[in-house]
Amino acid sequence: MNAGVIYTSREEIEVYRFNLVATLFVPAVAVLLQSYLPVAFHGRLHFFDVFDLPLLVTIFFGVARRNPIAGSITGCLIGLAQDALTHNYLGLFGIAKTFVGYGASSLATKIDVENPGSRFLITVGFYMIHRIAYLLVQRGMVLQDLPANWLHSIGAALANGLLAIVVFAVLDKFKQRA
Amino acid sequence: MESFFSRYRNPMILGLVLLLQVFGLAVQVKRPIDPRNPEAGSVRMIRLWISGVITPIERVFVATGSWFGQGWHDYLNIGGLRRENRELREQNEQLRIQQTRMEEDAAQGRRLQALLDFKQHFVSQTIAAQVIGSSGTELSRILYIDRGAKDGLRSDMAVITPDGVVGKLKDVFPFTAQVLVMNDASSGVGALLEKSRLHGVVKGNTNGDLILEHVMVDEKVEPGERVLTSGGDRIYPKGLPIGTVAQISSGNDLFLNICLRPAADLNRLEEVLVVTQPQLAQADSENPVKAADILAQRLPGVTQKPPESPAGVKAGAAATAAASNQKANPAPALSQAKPKMVKPKVVPQNNPAATPAQVDTPASQPAPSPTSPEVNKPQ
Repeated sequence: MNAGVIYTSREEIEVYRFNLVATLFVPAVAVLLQSYLPVAFHGRLHFFDVFDLPLLVTIFFGVARRNPIAGSITGCLIGLAQDALTHNYLGLFGIAKTFVGYGASSLATKIDVENPGSRFLITVGFYMIHRIAYLLVQRGMVLQDLPANWLHSIGAALANGLLAIVVFAVLDKFKQRA
Repeated sequence: MESFFSRYRNPMILGLVLLLQVFGLAVQVKRPIDPRNPEAGSVRMIRLWISGVITPIERVFVATGSWFGQGWHDYLNIGGLRRENRELREQNEQLRIQQTRMEEDAAQGRRLQALLDFKQHFVSQTIAAQVIGSSGTELSRILYIDRGAKDGLRSDMAVITPDGVVGKLKDVFPFTAQVLVMNDASSGVGALLEKSRLHGVVKGNTNGDLILEHVMVDEKVEPGERVLTSGGDRIYPKGLPIGTVAQISSGNDLFLNICLRPAADLNRLEEVLVVTQPQLAQADSENPVKAADILAQRLPGVTQKPPESPAGVKAGAAATAAASNQKANPAPALSQAKPKMVKPKVVPQNNPAATPAQVDTPASQPAPSPTSPEVNKPQ
């Protein structure tokens, strides 16, 4: 018997699904915007590098579906697509976002992730997990010993947390009750 | 009603498994960039696919933006056009004056020799390209340009702007290419301090800063000193501005920590030039050691070289002449003349944004020079 405590305000956990168009379209747009926006205005939006739209989409799909396998695969595919646009090895973002997708889905089965406050907190937390996972793979497998700028990472995590409140509210429109 | 997913569950799982395997293969398999030209190199299929999907859309975005911008510029912003026209006229007049002055200067013998020497060491041909995308992450400072293997681009070609070095080509796709910006942590540029002639390596870091490495702590480096490409990496032509020294501090080891301010604005790149034919590599491979050139690198002044003499005698004579010249008449530094020679030629004349095309730099018209490889060959 499963005696785990479920920290949710509702009697039943709501599980959402997305139609095929949203499933493909939303991550593709996130990756596209992530690539295009920094140069869209000839560098004036270079601060956009701080934000990680594909990560936000991974978290959103993870917590909405509440299915760890689906979350993992979503994170894996989005991360690989993001990897393909960089010059690094394929799999750095893939592995990090697979962790995040799995973690977000698992967490969503235990706590309420629908209100803006919790969305902010889980995004900040998963941004840091994503960063740590990326660094671990980068140092452990790729053997690239690059310094980790933690102060910058914390700032970026907070910025992504704030952006997540807005982005998740927009993406809520694509939700369908399962 | 039976949902779509439960109804087609088995075929979808099958499709997913197949997709994952195809994905796995695409990650592993490398495909030649140009099947008809095996020497063009290969690229991972997944990169090719993603680039093939993303970059056409980015092209459409850029083209749409340009169309609207052009419409505004051509038909609506008449006041701005007049003002711009007036400014361009003034600029044109100034450029004419500058051009006349440069022609007069170029007519002088020693000065002309220095300029020709620079031409010999500079790029001969470039291709203009537009920046259409980026990696989107600060962990990888990659830009995408709208030129690729079909335009003759290859990996490891230098990418510059009229202001200075940008980076080099990483992966080249048929119609697009990746530019590894020099402030990426994995990049490296052979560098030379303009005044002290000290050699080092310019690298990026995770913050996007430019750091000049491998300069010993006992060397004297001043803030504001220009840093140029040394040409030693065989990628970047010699003499291109990389940046200026911004901060200097003692490192933990035997080397100085020198932070640079990049010459080109790496955060606001719109158009770049890809160096397709650096003459330096050919010239140096033919004549790996030239005493006069080594001396010219070490001395800030301009060397005077005799027009014809045997190689050994010539090198010695050039060295002596340069040394005496340095004492008697500290001529204007060679590098001061370099950017002036390049800028007017490199900038395309007719709207570079609309039709990026091949642009010839001065070195594309070879002129006789005492330091050219043909003249310097031992007889």
